Amino acid sequence: MSILSAKKYVFSKETDQYLVGINQAFRFVVRFFKEVFSRPFHFREVINQCFEVGLKSLPLITVTGFIIGIVFTKQSRPSLESFGASSWLPSLMGVALVKALGPLVTALICAGKVGSSIGAELGSMKVTEQIDAMEVSAINPFKYLVVTRVLATTITIPLLALYCSFVALYGSYVNVHAEEATGIIIFYKNAFSSISFIDIFTSLSKTIVFGFTIGVVGCYKGYNAIQGTRGVGKAANQAVVLAMFLVFLEEIVIVQVANWIRYF
Amino acid sequence: MNTAHTRPLDHAMHPADGSAPVIEITKLRKSFGKQEVLKNVSLKLMNGENLVVLGKSGSGKSVLIKCIVGLLHSDEGTINVFEQNVNSLDRKELGELRQKIGFLFQSGALYDSMTVKQNLEFPLRRIKKDLSEKEIEEKINVVLENVGLADALNKMPSQLSGGMRKRISLARTIVVDPMIMLYDEPTTGLDPITSDEISMLINEVQKKYKTSSVIITHDIKCVRNTADRIIMLADGEVYLEGTLKDFENSTDPFIKSFFH
Repeated sequence: MSILSAKKYVFSKETDQYLVGINQAFRFVVRFFKEVFSRPFHFREVINQCFEVGLKSLPLITVTGFIIGIVFTKQSRPSLESFGASSWLPSLMGVALVKALGPLVTALICAGKVGSSIGAELGSMKVTEQIDAMEVSAINPFKYLVVTRVLATTITIPLLALYCSFVALYGSYVNVHAEEATGIIIFYKNAFSSISFIDIFTSLSKTIVFGFTIGVVGCYKGYNAIQGTRGVGKAANQAVVLAMFLVFLEEIVIVQVANWIRYF
Repeated sequence: MNTAHTRPLDHAMHPADGSAPVIEITKLRKSFGKQEVLKNVSLKLMNGENLVVLGKSGSGKSVLIKCIVGLLHSDEGTINVFEQNVNSLDRKELGELRQKIGFLFQSGALYDSMTVKQNLEFPLRRIKKDLSEKEIEEKINVVLENVGLADALNKMPSQLSGGMRKRISLARTIVVDPMIMLYDEPTTGLDPITSDEISMLINEVQKKYKTSSVIITHDIKCVRNTADRIIMLADGEVYLEGTLKDFENSTDPFIKSFFH
């Protein structure tokens, strides 16, 4: 920002600010990759953050996943029945929940819950000089605050997505079981019959990217918060909006790449 | 502004023990965009002295000490701390230098998700890695007693008053045995009694821990209680440098407006 205010704009104020923002974000990500492989490794803090991100999101993921499973099954049944294909319901649910809905819903919930929490926490630490206090105490705040949180979201969100898919499938089974006498083993067997290794691999890769994005965006917005308490709110809000936008963008790109790989 | 006073008084330049200065700043400049906050500031902090940097709000006092500790990078000039140029150090070297410097923030900057004990343990465990659990506990108890808050060990920062937060913040700073203390407006926002107590604590820290200190303030009572030497900043420049007596006897209207 100081560079911009001292010189004339290259394009326009908004465009220049946007480009400077992208440059700062890129440098932030590069710094993460530099710091993540250097000592000291704050393992205890990573575990602590995994607990914060993972275990504390579990109730919300469970409820949401279960409801999605029930609702999606209820809404899909009439269409399949009209084609006389209601026996395909478990396969459809397997494909939809494991490949698409499970990872996406988990990422969106975590972008809202975890992204805003990280943005607000780091933003608050920034404006109350706690990050500066760490810096002058010869403790690398980037390593202690950012690296640990990004690692935690990158590790935990794929696990939560996997868990969400299983819970959603269980919700789907509950609905199917209420309508017809299908056993749980047969249901899960049918659900996974249409899912290949590449589907699981794509889902896992997707959630790793989602987890990394949510962590980086939350930390970036919080770590660079300005303007006091207003800045904290802004950081939390922008962390959610940007993380959700990027999650959708990544979803499109990864699905396209996976289809391309499958084709070849 | 009386320009006759814009140079240092010669007899006030080197009041301490004659050894090399622990901090030496030469021709420091710092701007934020078009706003030039510090213009050509030079000063020395001698071993064992309390140097007060006095000035109006916005005169660049806080920017000055943030440059000293490397939180801000100066545009021009040199900052030598223990004969090391802060601006030319890499991250690791700067980290090692910072272990010798304590910084008391205006807001206290306590980690609000940690208890008082955890706040003190946090830097201690990372800087003094060879200490045993027992030694850590003893050290924490000693510093808390020194700041008069031995019973606050398990409290959260939100449960503390403004004065208590400043004391705990001071305890967190001295627990790692710094050689230089930088105080950013240590008495701002405190009542006169607590303000005097903090000033007394600054003097006690200087004596007990043998620190050299830079105290940023515009509180004249704090200046009177703590200063061995004073530098007045105005418009980003050193306006006057001298002892408390020099400032109190000054006929300059700007100085008089502070001291009378």
